[in-house]
Amino acid sequence: MNQLLKLSDFSVSFTTPRGDLHAVRGVDLSVAKGESIGIVGESGSGKTVLSRATMGLMPSTATCTGSVEFNGVALSDLSRAEVRNYWGTGMAMIFQDPLTSLNPVRRIGSQLMEGLIVRLGMSKDQARARSVELLERVRIPDPYAAMKKYPGELSGGMRQRIVIAIAIACTPELLFADEPTTALDVTVQAQVLELLAELRQEFNMTMILVTHDLGVVAGQTDRVVVMYAGEIVEAAATKDLFANMKMPYTEALMKSIPRLDQASGQRLRVITGRLPDPTTPEPGCSFAPRCEYATDKCRAEKPPLVTMQNGHQYRCFFPIGGSL
Amino acid sequence: MLLPDWRISLMAGSGKLHLRLDSDPLLIVQDLVVQYKVNRKSFVSAVAGISFDVLRGETLAIVGESGCGKSTLGKAIMQLPRPQGGTVVLDGVNITALDGNDLRDVRPKVQMIFQDAISSLDPRLQVKNIIDEPLKVWKKGTSAERSIKVDNLLNSVGLDPVVVRDRRPYEFSGGQCQRISIARAIALDPVLLVCDEPVSALDVSIQAQILNLLQDMKEKLGLTLIFISHDLAVVKAVSTRVLVMYLGKICEVATPDDLYAHPAHHYSRALIAAVPIPDPEVGVDKIRVTGEPPSPVNPPSGCRFRTRCESATERCAAEEPQLQEVGLGHFVACHHPVTN
Repeated sequence: MNQLLKLSDFSVSFTTPRGDLHAVRGVDLSVAKGESIGIVGESGSGKTVLSRATMGLMPSTATCTGSVEFNGVALSDLSRAEVRNYWGTGMAMIFQDPLTSLNPVRRIGSQLMEGLIVRLGMSKDQARARSVELLERVRIPDPYAAMKKYPGELSGGMRQRIVIAIAIACTPELLFADEPTTALDVTVQAQVLELLAELRQEFNMTMILVTHDLGVVAGQTDRVVVMYAGEIVEAAATKDLFANMKMPYTEALMKSIPRLDQASGQRLRVITGRLPDPTTPEPGCSFAPRCEYATDKCRAEKPPLVTMQNGHQYRCFFPIGGSL
Repeated sequence: MLLPDWRISLMAGSGKLHLRLDSDPLLIVQDLVVQYKVNRKSFVSAVAGISFDVLRGETLAIVGESGCGKSTLGKAIMQLPRPQGGTVVLDGVNITALDGNDLRDVRPKVQMIFQDAISSLDPRLQVKNIIDEPLKVWKKGTSAERSIKVDNLLNSVGLDPVVVRDRRPYEFSGGQCQRISIARAIALDPVLLVCDEPVSALDVSIQAQILNLLQDMKEKLGLTLIFISHDLAVVKAVSTRVLVMYLGKICEVATPDDLYAHPAHHYSRALIAAVPIPDPEVGVDKIRVTGEPPSPVNPPSGCRFRTRCESATERCAAEEPQLQEVGLGHFVACHHPVTN
């Protein structure tokens, strides 16, 4: 298996007035070339910080420890300026909010061409021609007119397509998609997800899809990583995860989703309580205070990440369906 | 800003076959028109002649994409702003004909919960004052009586009064703020609660808590709910009747089970097919709508969905479809309904 990205014991913490906030804690993750991985969790579980920190997009208040290896190069040892060389061509990101991730006072064309000129050394004319191709590829009607527009003149779905076009402009090997469809309507979401799947095949891209929506993950990924309070609590092949959940958190998350294939008028299952305070880590399992199966052992001792024979990983003393 | 009568009459709605006037509905809305001025010459009809009714104890869901007019419709029921045409009859009183103090007297009966809970609460007020405000405005009892009422309200939405009374909205999470909004909305014992996307800004785990709370409140207080949402799965879980809107018009009205099992409008079918199912074994349904809704300033002639509909014919462009009954309590406005 050809490894593209490898995170080992990767942690991110922020210095805040209330003390150190541990957003990501000891994550080990390896991503093979061509794979599509979903990172799932509630808001505050650290999924966005994990993806941004991997790319080196962190403010100065953040401290990253552990190592990030991309294509065999340890990015964590490089300076900020050197990491930058990997942006666009090596790794690119689609951000959640398509309005704030585009510059409101620059035309679409110039934002699209920027990467092509800076990263690929194209001339202005080459870049313009390629940009029009890209806009056509992401199905923007009348791409020549769109090049001259400002982001504010386009709808949310159109803007997200532009953001996708910018991200894939330099054909990155690894594409992060951070909640790419959360701000969109369901019909437009379906169109954008279909487009992403097509582009991934066409350019042979590896994708890391960050989302809180297990429904989106089910249709789009080969493997799913579930995060809770900054840690990986379960990881497995998508089909395996949905069929044999081991972690009570994953099960609870799954059961709290209203589904179209359930009868109407049924009460939803809830996860009581909230995520733990990230400034004061729990001594035991971080999900224990909200877990219906929790015992004294869970509250006192931290469960290790167990790996089963088929590669299914979970962090629980009492996994659903018994251990192994 | 009222339009001349001839302009309103041009906006023939999609019919009234689905109204159940003999069952004494709590709310009857007929031919409702809400228009906004775009510039000196043109108007946009955000709600273009809509009629519907809500029975007592029902939860009516209004679904549609952003920009279809569902929030405008919710606000127009509350006369915020006043609609340009049509009538809203609440509990036998035509509130579109009321103004001044008469309208003010009706207001406590209809309350609203907004999408963004944090920004819909005054950041400078303490929680106790936020919930006390409607009680104070309506002079419900002495200060001590109101204080007890506030504590009871907080308890009923699952917040501990001792802990939360003196705090301010920014100290709470989105889910807790939504609980405070619900407490404020039910303070004046309304009969109708309009919930505008109450859970779309919340995490799935918190979303379920709020949906269950709304359900409990409805049963305990005998409320009638109008639930505005773009999330079809949420709608299925909470509603007893669903109204699908597209560009200011009604497409389909049905019970949730009927609608999801046998959608009759091509738009409803596409909306349902686009919802991602959290199960990798379920194949992706390939019924897709292309593009995005056209501008409501210049809506297509005839059926407004025809520009994105695969089954559209010349008739769809020429003639506006009227609601017709395709099953018991299942109505669709389409010339070529989906046959199952």
